[in-house]
Amino acid sequence: MTLRFVLLGALLVLAVMPALNRLPADSALHVSDFLISITGKWITYAILALAIDLAWGYAGILSLGHGAFFTLGGYAIGMHLMRLIGTRGVYGHPTLPDFMVFLGYKELPWYWLGFDSFPYALFMAMAVPGLLALVVGYLAFRSRITGVYLSIITQAMTYALMLAFFRNDMGFGGNNGFTDFKELLGMSLNTANARAVLFYASLVLLVVAFFLCTRVAQSKLGRVLVAIRDAESRVRFLGYDVTQHKLFVFVLSAVLAGLAGALYVPQVGIINPGEFSPGNSIEAVIWVAVGGRGTLVGAVLGAFSVNALKTWLTTVAPDLWLFALGGLFVAVTLFLPRGLIGLFSKAKS
Amino acid sequence: MTALILRIALLLLLALPARAQDAFIAALPGLAGGFSDIAASVDRLGALGDPRALPLLRALQEGKLQKTPDGRLLLPEGAGTADAVTGQPADVAGAEAVRLNNRVRQALRGALGRLQLVSPDPAQRGAAAEAIFRGRSAEDVPLLQAAIAREQIPAVRAKMELALAAAQLVAPDEAAKRDAIARLGAAGSVEARALLIEARTANPSLAAAIDVSIATIEKQLQIRRMAETLFQGLSLGSVLLLAALGLAVTFGVMGVINMAHGEFVMLGAYATFVVQELCRGTSWLVPWALPLAVPAAFLVTAAAGALLERGLIRHLYGRPLETLLMTFGVGMILQQAVRVAFGAQNREVLSPSWMQGTLTLPGGVAVTQNRLWIIFFGLAVLAMVFAAIRLTRFGLEMRAVVQNRRIAATMGIRTGRVDAMTFAFGSGLAGLAGVALSQIDNVSPNLGTGYIIDSFMVVVFGGVGSLAGTLVGALTLGVVNKMLEPWAGAVLAKVFVLVAIMLFIQRRPKGIFALKGRAAES
Amino acid sequence: MPTTTPNFTRRATLAGLGASLAAPMIQPAFGQGAPIKVGVLHSLSGTMAISETALRDTVLMMVEYANSKGGLLGRKLEAVVVDPASNWPLFAEKARELLQVHKVDVTFGCWTSVSRKSVLPVFEELKGLLFYPVQYEGEEESPNIFYTGAAPNQQAIPAVEYLMSKDGGEAKRIVLLGTDYVYPRTTNRILRGFLNSKGIGNADIMEEYTPFGHSDWQGIVARVKRFAAEGKKTAIVSTINGDANVPFYRELGNQGIKAEDIPCVAFSVGEEELAGIDTKPLVGHLAAWNYFMSTPGKPNEEFKAMWQAYIKNPKRVTNDPMEAIYTGFRMWMQAVEKAKTTAVAAVTPALIGQKLMAPCGFEEEMLPNHHLSKPVLIGEIQADGQINTVWKTAGVVKAENWSPFIPENANRAKK
Repeated sequence: MTLRFVLLGALLVLAVMPALNRLPADSALHVSDFLISITGKWITYAILALAIDLAWGYAGILSLGHGAFFTLGGYAIGMHLMRLIGTRGVYGHPTLPDFMVFLGYKELPWYWLGFDSFPYALFMAMAVPGLLALVVGYLAFRSRITGVYLSIITQAMTYALMLAFFRNDMGFGGNNGFTDFKELLGMSLNTANARAVLFYASLVLLVVAFFLCTRVAQSKLGRVLVAIRDAESRVRFLGYDVTQHKLFVFVLSAVLAGLAGALYVPQVGIINPGEFSPGNSIEAVIWVAVGGRGTLVGAVLGAFSVNALKTWLTTVAPDLWLFALGGLFVAVTLFLPRGLIGLFSKAKS
Repeated sequence: MTALILRIALLLLLALPARAQDAFIAALPGLAGGFSDIAASVDRLGALGDPRALPLLRALQEGKLQKTPDGRLLLPEGAGTADAVTGQPADVAGAEAVRLNNRVRQALRGALGRLQLVSPDPAQRGAAAEAIFRGRSAEDVPLLQAAIAREQIPAVRAKMELALAAAQLVAPDEAAKRDAIARLGAAGSVEARALLIEARTANPSLAAAIDVSIATIEKQLQIRRMAETLFQGLSLGSVLLLAALGLAVTFGVMGVINMAHGEFVMLGAYATFVVQELCRGTSWLVPWALPLAVPAAFLVTAAAGALLERGLIRHLYGRPLETLLMTFGVGMILQQAVRVAFGAQNREVLSPSWMQGTLTLPGGVAVTQNRLWIIFFGLAVLAMVFAAIRLTRFGLEMRAVVQNRRIAATMGIRTGRVDAMTFAFGSGLAGLAGVALSQIDNVSPNLGTGYIIDSFMVVVFGGVGSLAGTLVGALTLGVVNKMLEPWAGAVLAKVFVLVAIMLFIQRRPKGIFALKGRAAES
Repeated sequence: MPTTTPNFTRRATLAGLGASLAAPMIQPAFGQGAPIKVGVLHSLSGTMAISETALRDTVLMMVEYANSKGGLLGRKLEAVVVDPASNWPLFAEKARELLQVHKVDVTFGCWTSVSRKSVLPVFEELKGLLFYPVQYEGEEESPNIFYTGAAPNQQAIPAVEYLMSKDGGEAKRIVLLGTDYVYPRTTNRILRGFLNSKGIGNADIMEEYTPFGHSDWQGIVARVKRFAAEGKKTAIVSTINGDANVPFYRELGNQGIKAEDIPCVAFSVGEEELAGIDTKPLVGHLAAWNYFMSTPGKPNEEFKAMWQAYIKNPKRVTNDPMEAIYTGFRMWMQAVEKAKTTAVAAVTPALIGQKLMAPCGFEEEMLPNHHLSKPVLIGEIQADGQINTVWKTAGVVKAENWSPFIPENANRAKK
C-alpha cells in the first residue's frame, strides 16, 4: 500500500516537472532545462530496466545484450531524424546525410529507404530489435542454452554489433553515428517545447510498459515464467512449451527496449556504436539488481537512482566516481540481494 | 680507439704538404650544412673509399658527430671531442649534434656499406652487402666483385652476390643484367621482386626474362605467405590462449564468472612494468626484468585473486549471475585504482633484445621474435596448468572438490582453502597473460577490456572445463581470424568469427570438447 | 545539484582522497565580482582518459596561471571539472550541465570528433563558448566553437608534400592507414584528392582502416611490406588513433620496417603517446604537428617550465593539443580583457584577430573562421621519445576548414 502511494507520488512529481520548468528561473520551484533533459533520459533508461527485469526477474533470462536492442531502436529513429535534416545539412544534399556525402555515396543505400516516414521508423524501432531477439532467442532457447551461457552469447551479440556498426562502410555513420538532429514530427528539437513533449512521451511509455509488464507478470503466463526461472526442466516435463514462453517474453522485452532507445535518441541528440558496448548492457542489468530484481518497481527505482548518482558523482568527484559506483555494485550484490526494494519490505516487517 | 686512428691518419696527412685537392678534406664541410649538403657529402665520402671516412660516418650515424657554430666538425674522443680535421681536442661550447633525416640515413647506409665491405668482421661485411643491396648503384659492381673474390665465408658471400646482382641490374652491361635477373629470381625474396619490377620499366627489352623471374618469386612467395598467415593466426591464438587460460580455470573449473579477469590481465602487465622499473637501477638485472616479471606478475595477481575470492566471491557461490555483476564492479574499481596510481598514460615496457626483430626461418618465412616467444610462452603455461591439475596434490584436491564438494570435505580436504587457491591460480594465469601482452599491446588501464569477451568466447567455444578445448578453441579462432582478415578486413573478420561461434554454440551448447557425465550437468 | 566543485588533480587525489587543490602560493587580491567559471570537459575515465587527462591538467594549470596574474577583470577564475567518461552522449549531458547548472563562461574540452559533434548542438542552443584543442578533419564551423588545433591543410597536406619531396624520400606510393572514424576517413579522402592531383594514381594508394584499440597488426604490416615491394618508393601516412599506436609501432619495429625504407608519418602521435613506447626502433619515422616539445625558443621554454612546475614532474612531456589549449586560453584571456566582459556575445568577436607568440615559435592569429593560423612542423622521432623538427613551413599557414579537395564543398558555398 505504502509502495503504491510512493509510486503515485513519484509519478505526479515527474508529471509536473515540465510545467515547473516554465516557472521563472528565480522561483523556488523552478526545474532547470538540464534537469528536464536528464530526467527524460533516465525515464528511457527506466523503460530499458523494466524490459530487462521482465526477462531476467521473471523468466530468468539474463541477457547481457539488451543494450543492443535499445541501441537498434535508437538507430531506427536516428535514421528518421537524419532523413529529416534534408537540405539543412552541411552539404545541403536533399536526401543524403552529411556523412554519406563526404564518404562519397551517390545514392541512399536500400536499407535507408522508407525512413523518411515516422510511422515506418517507429515500426522498425520495434521490429528490428524484436526480430533479432526472435532469431537469437529461438536458436538459443531451442538448444536449451541457459544461465551464464546465454549471458555470454548475448554479450557477444552486442559486441559483434558494436564492431560492425563502428565500420564506416556499414552506412550508419561509423563511430560518429548520427548527430545534429533538427526536428521530429514538425517540432524543432532544441527547444523547451520539444523536450517537454519527449519527456511526456517517455513518461507515458514508462507507465504503459509498467502496466503491461505487471499484467504479464500476474497472468498465468507470468507464473509459468517464474516456474521456468526456478526449475526449467520440471516445467518442460509438465508439458509446457518452455521455448515458446521464453521466446515470447524475450521478444516482448526486446521490443520494449527498442522503443526506449527510440525515445532516448531524440532527447540526447546522438546515437553511435558506443551504445552497443557490452559494458553498457551490464550496467543496465546492474540498475535492475540495485533496485531489486523481479519486482518491476525495483527496476525503475534502480535505473533512476544509479543514474542520478552517476550524474552527481561525475561532477563532484570526477576522479573517484568509478570507485563509488563499482563499490555500490559490489555492496548491493553482497548485502542487498533483493536490492533497494528489499530495504522497503525489510522496514515494513 | 677509432678516433685515435683517425687522428693519427689525419696527423700523417697534415705532415704531408697540404694538398688542396685532398678529396676527403674537401668533402667534409658539407657535413656541417643542410640535409642535402650532408647527404651529398656522405655520398662522396662513401665513394672515396678513404679509411678515414669510416669512423666519421659511424659517428654521424650514431648522432655523435657535432658541429660548431663556425662550421667545424667535432668527433667524440674519450670523454671529450676532437676536431675532425686537425684531430686536436676541441671544446664543445655551442656545438650541437649533426642531425639526420631519412635521406641522409639512406645515403649513410650506402656509404657505410661500401666502406665496411672490407671490414675484418664478417657480420659487418654481411650487413654491408645488405646495405648495398638496398642502396645499389652501378659503381658498386667492381667493389662487390673484388669483395666476392676475397670472401671466404659462404653466407656472407651469398649476400654479396645478391647485392652484386642488384647492382648489375642498374649497371649498363646487358649480359650481366640477364644473369642478375635470373639470380634475383632464384633468391625469391620480396625485396628481389621489388627490384625486378623496378627494372622492368627501365629495360623493356628484358621484360620477358624479368617476368619469368618474377613468376618464380611469386610461386615461392605464395607458399611463404600462407606459412606467415598461419604463424600470425597461431600468434593471435596463443594470445587468446593466454588470456583465456585463467578463465578456463576460474570459469571452467569453478563456474565463477569473473568479469574482472581482464583487469587481472592488466594488473599482470603493470606488475611487469613495476619489475622493470625496479630492475632499472641495477644494470646487470635489466635484461632479466622480463623473466623476473613472470613469477612476480603471477604472485601479484594470484594474491589479488585470493583476496577477491575470500573477501567477496565466496559469499556468492551458487549465484553465478550475481558474481558476474559484482566482479564487473570490482573491474571498474581496479581500473580506476590503476589509473589513479599509475596515471592514465601508457606505461613503457621495454622488450629485451632477444625479443626484438624478425627471425627468418628456413624457406624464407619471416616471423617476429616477440610473437614467436609468446607462442612458446603460451604453450609452456598450458603445460604448467596441465601439470598442476594432473600431477600435484593441489590439483588432485581441486578436482575432488569440483567433482563432489561434500565427499571431498568428508575426506578431510579443506574445500574453502582449495577454492581460494583455485581462484588464485586462475587469477595468477591472467597475470601471466599480462606479462605477454605487455610485449605487444599498450600497458594502460584499459588493457584488459579488449580481451575479456574474446576470452569468454574461447572458453565457451572450446568447451567449459576442458583445457584441450581451450587450446584448440584459441588456436582455431586465431587462425580463422587471420585467414579471413585479408579479404574481409580486420573488423569484419572478427564479426564473422563471433557470429560463427554463436551459431556453433547453438549446435553444440557445450563447445568442442564437451564434458561428459555428472560434472557436465548443472 | 552541486554548486561549487573542488578542483581535482591527480596529485591532489594522490595526496589525499578528496583533498582540494591547494591555494596558489601567491594569492593576489581579487575584486568583489563573482568568480569566472571555466568548464573542463575532458574524459578522465574510459578509453580516452589516456589522452585527455593531460589536457584537463593543462586547463587547470592555465586557470592557476590566470589567477597568479590577478585573475581577469579583477575576478578570480574557477575551474569546474566534470568527467564525461569517454561516453559521447554523456558529453552532451555534461556540456548542458556546465552551461545551465554551473553557468560556465567558457569551456575547454573534447578530443574526439564524435564528442565535439555531440556537444555542438548544445553549445549552439545555449550560446556557450567551447575551445577545441585537437587537430581534426575540418568540414565544420560553428559560431560557438573555436578550433585551436590544426585543420587538414595545416597538417596532412604539408606532411604528404614532404614525403614526396627529395628530402622526404620522394615517395611514389602511399599507404593510408587509419582508425575507422571520421577524422581518418575525411583526411584520407582529402589526401587522395591531393595525391591524384599530384599524379599519384589510385593504384599507388593503399587505404586500410582498423577499429579503435586494434592490437593485432601482424597482417596489415605484412601487407604494407608487400605493397611497398612493388618497385616504387613507398611511405605510410598514419591516422591511427590513440591506443592502437603502441602495438602498431611495435609491429613496425619488429617486422623491420626502417624509416629509410618506408617512412611512416603520423598525425595523431605526439610526445605523450611516444612516452609509452620504446622509440629506438622507430628513429626516423615522422610526425606532423604544429608544435613539438623540442621546439626552441623562449615561449616554449616558459610553457614547458610552467607545465613541469605545475605537474611537479620534471619529466612530463608537453604535446601539441596541450599547446593548443595554452594558446587558446591565452587568446581567450586577451579577448576578455579587450571585451571587458566574459559574455560570449562580446568575447566571440573580440577573439577574432587575437595574436599570440605561441610556444611553437610563431605568432598565431585567430582567423574569422574560428581557426588559427599555424606553422606546420615535420619532425623525426628520436631515440629518447622526443620529436625533432626536420622541416617546417616558412611562416604560418591559414586554416582551411573546408578543404578544396572535397568536391562537395563547392556546393556548400551557397549556404
